[in-house]
Amino acid sequence: MELFTYDRASEPATAVKQLGGDARAKLLAGGTNLLDHMKLLVETPSRLIDINPLPLTKIELTDNGVRIGAMVRNSDLAYHQAIRERYPVLSEALLAGATPQIRNMATVGGNLLQRTRCPYFRDITWSCNKRQPGAGCSALDGFNRSHAILGTSDKCIATHPSDMCVAMTALDAIIYIQGARGERTVPINEFYIPYGEDPAKESVLERGELITAVELPKREWFRRSHYLKVRDRASFEFALVSVAAALDVQNNKIAAARLALGGVGTKPWRASEAERALVGAQPGQNAFVEAAKAALQGARPQKHNAFKVELAKRAIVRTLTMVSEST
Amino acid sequence: MDRAELATGKPMDRVDGPLKVTGQARYAAEARLANLCHAVLVTSTIAKGHITEIDSAAAEKAPGVLAVLTHRNAPKQPPLEEIPGTPDPSVGKPLQPLRDAVIRHNGQPVAVVVADTFERALQAATLVQVSYRAEPAETDFDDAATKAAPPTASKSKKSSDQSRGNPDKAFAEAPVQNHATYSIPAEHHNAMEPHATVAEWDGSKLTLYDKTQGVDVVRQHAAKALGIPTEGIRVISPFVGGGFGSGLRAWPHVFLAALAARVVRCPVKLVLTRGQMFTGTGFRPHAVQRVAVAATRDGTLTGIRHDVTSQTSTYEEYTESILEPTLQLYACPNIQTRYLLARMNVNTPGSMRGPGEATGIFALECALDELAVKLGIDPIELRLRNHADKDPQSGRPWSSKSLKECYEQGAARFGWSKRDPTPRSMHDGRLLVGYGMASATWPTHRRPASAQVRLQANGKAIVRSATSDIGPGTYTSMTQIAADALGLPVSLVRFELGDTRFPLAPVEGGSMTVASVGSAVYEAARAVHDEILKLASGDKDSPLHRAAADQIGAAKGRLFLKANEARGEQIADILRRHSKDAVEITREAKPGPEAEQYAMRAFGAHFVEVRVDPDLGMVRVARVVSAMAAGKIINPKTAGSQAIGGIVGGLGMALEEETIHDPRNGRVVNANLADYHVPVNADIPEIDAFFVDERDDHVNPVGAKGMAELALVGVAPAVANAVFHATGKRVRDLPITLDKLLEI
Repeated sequence: MELFTYDRASEPATAVKQLGGDARAKLLAGGTNLLDHMKLLVETPSRLIDINPLPLTKIELTDNGVRIGAMVRNSDLAYHQAIRERYPVLSEALLAGATPQIRNMATVGGNLLQRTRCPYFRDITWSCNKRQPGAGCSALDGFNRSHAILGTSDKCIATHPSDMCVAMTALDAIIYIQGARGERTVPINEFYIPYGEDPAKESVLERGELITAVELPKREWFRRSHYLKVRDRASFEFALVSVAAALDVQNNKIAAARLALGGVGTKPWRASEAERALVGAQPGQNAFVEAAKAALQGARPQKHNAFKVELAKRAIVRTLTMVSEST
Repeated sequence: MDRAELATGKPMDRVDGPLKVTGQARYAAEARLANLCHAVLVTSTIAKGHITEIDSAAAEKAPGVLAVLTHRNAPKQPPLEEIPGTPDPSVGKPLQPLRDAVIRHNGQPVAVVVADTFERALQAATLVQVSYRAEPAETDFDDAATKAAPPTASKSKKSSDQSRGNPDKAFAEAPVQNHATYSIPAEHHNAMEPHATVAEWDGSKLTLYDKTQGVDVVRQHAAKALGIPTEGIRVISPFVGGGFGSGLRAWPHVFLAALAARVVRCPVKLVLTRGQMFTGTGFRPHAVQRVAVAATRDGTLTGIRHDVTSQTSTYEEYTESILEPTLQLYACPNIQTRYLLARMNVNTPGSMRGPGEATGIFALECALDELAVKLGIDPIELRLRNHADKDPQSGRPWSSKSLKECYEQGAARFGWSKRDPTPRSMHDGRLLVGYGMASATWPTHRRPASAQVRLQANGKAIVRSATSDIGPGTYTSMTQIAADALGLPVSLVRFELGDTRFPLAPVEGGSMTVASVGSAVYEAARAVHDEILKLASGDKDSPLHRAAADQIGAAKGRLFLKANEARGEQIADILRRHSKDAVEITREAKPGPEAEQYAMRAFGAHFVEVRVDPDLGMVRVARVVSAMAAGKIINPKTAGSQAIGGIVGGLGMALEEETIHDPRNGRVVNANLADYHVPVNADIPEIDAFFVDERDDHVNPVGAKGMAELALVGVAPAVANAVFHATGKRVRDLPITLDKLLEI
């Protein structure tokens, strides 16, 4: 760990100001990701701005849906009654992630910015385009069993590790961002950007901006949603594949569908082609298999993760089946 | 003594439990010393080559830094040799970092940074710049295996290449055969406590507080590595937070801590990081095994061929008993075994959780299961038909053996009879259900050991031996053994260990502590007891005057006439009357001729039920039933805990554990507890581990066989066999991860 200075901010405006004034400053929320990376020298901020005092800890029911403060802890969100009833996929995703201890610390805003578990990103002796743009990607020819098959480039194949974000992607979450010039909102599916020339750039969040809240739209049929996580052990383990799905079934026809994938994409992966394939179809094995095919059409497997293509398809079929069978 | 009054054989809480749960037990890194400094290792980032330059100027100038040791400025180290009689390999030379510029594996220590605080040492360590000239390295197991060669012949170890009968003829004639290749990856111990050493010099005398499974081994090694006499070294290790074999040798960081302390003239603490434990303290070697089994149609084994290629380092030949179980487990007349070593640019592997046998039995017991399927014979029945009534290798009788009872009682408790032998035939909803079993065995080891028993005039006894307690409950079992032999309640006995000032004991490994140290404690305690009896019977003031030894009983600190229990007196009163502060006797106990007369092994049987998701490949263990027979169980409570721990280790080996080396530079890519998977609570089902009654009058004075590894050995093949039964798919490469079960 390198030496750094430590500040606290108790108002969003203060945090934004402090952050904007120092190019090497980082915000400290739950610390479950950042502090790890500082110990590994993956992150070497000169200044930490502790935003734990920020008054962004509320979960509010609004006319539009539910507004979740950026500093709400994962466990508080997972066990909130409105979330469990209206957005079960989100509660399930949160509880599938990490451990109770980490969930008690991790925040919504921090989780949106969670960084990859790629081992070559986390060990600074390897070259990594995410850490050092242009250095090269060690994962391409390395051990890449856990890596992405969707949204990859020849610069980076790192998987986005979050569970929460996958569920939020399926739920059309809106992200509230405060910057020096005021507030803006971005739909979660536009928040993450595909890896271009610079895989270090993972989202549209600009330097000096602060995530203040996430809003989930109100849709009755989101009550029929489910999160499936496939992994190497029963707990405390990242997804090999995860699926967040919601179905609106009217008169035995799918009127609307939401499908997002984790563990396979360079960002929380919204499977829009699959959703289009589902809409209008009769819920059942045939439609789900077609949707799964559509979702994985663009998959580009690496040496050690080819199994993820088939696994993701099966996980999609299973999840959609479970949602359609639920009442 | 009345059996009801004996402490041994009864469940007893750990005597060190309160210290551990209240945080008062002090581990190696918690030694509290004045002026303690902190050392941090800098390790190599290449697997083979030379250091061309080390720039430590920035680190030396960093705040609080006292020294940066490299191969250029470190105190001269005399050449280190393997020490016979220790767990060292018998061929090669131990690694001595900072002695030259040569890099032999990725993660090798290349510098030691010492500072006044841990944080400052850690920060300065990042400033050390090391340049290398890398050379092509052996980092790919498959490549290295093509060049594998037999271990160098050594005087101290018998060759694993054995042959009996006529295997060629057996395979030429056998109507039913199974030939298959099985592999296990490199695995790491990952005990909760990191390896740590605190070194303190007082003139030429050195004290080491170390995480170790044997203080004497550390002392012997430190003496050689530092060029000082063993008498000048004291090693202290009262508590160990899990060993699993990683503490059987003194690894390089121990000497580096001592060197650093010598340079900075302050006590130095060196704690390995979790990542550094993947290259600093040994591991279970990657091994590929070819096993062929041949049988008649009625299931009589006629031939076994078992070849293994296992990895070692370039500087030492680490071999382990992978092939021994194959020679002894079944009554097969024709066997051939062959051991090859793949020399690689890794640190030397070492003992880990049932070393060797866990690896060998995985392959053998899967092969037996495959054979049972081919023969259409129940797996237990096949094993019973080939039961070895005597040791098939030496021809000697077993000192005791209860394997048939383990099969029988284990199968009954598990409900094996409900198993439909057809794969994929049993279901629970959409999940496939599989039942699998495997035999387990572990050799009964015993080494010379010493113990001192001091019975004091206050009626309390202090018992000491330089053994270790890595978790099995040695503090407790030795207390029980001593209490019974002295006729004292356990509350009046205190057992102390983990200090080279105490009488010598072997390392705590291979499950030989109860047999070895327990025998020494027993004999020393009996000698003290006899001494007290002599005092009493020779004392005309004693109610036991002239009583013969066999007429006197002892319980609860009191001696009495067996024929008239009212007649007797307190042991403390006898001592006081004779103006003795204490009776103190040290005894060494050694194995006798029994090892030449009997074959000695513990046996068991594991039964596993798995649920497999047929679409997603996820395997969950639903329950485990393990029947084990290991002679006298001194403390059923701690032994039961140990058995559960061993079974959990076996489940990890079966389904999760794998160390991944990147062949491009030999670096471990999952050197942390998030990416190296050990089972979490949610992975562990109901475990029914029980002991089958077994009396063994031959093994040792306490009648106990080692049991720890028995609980682990055989679990992985039982899981693999259950997964086959559930799915019809035979996974021969551990761990059984879900990608290996996806039918694509």
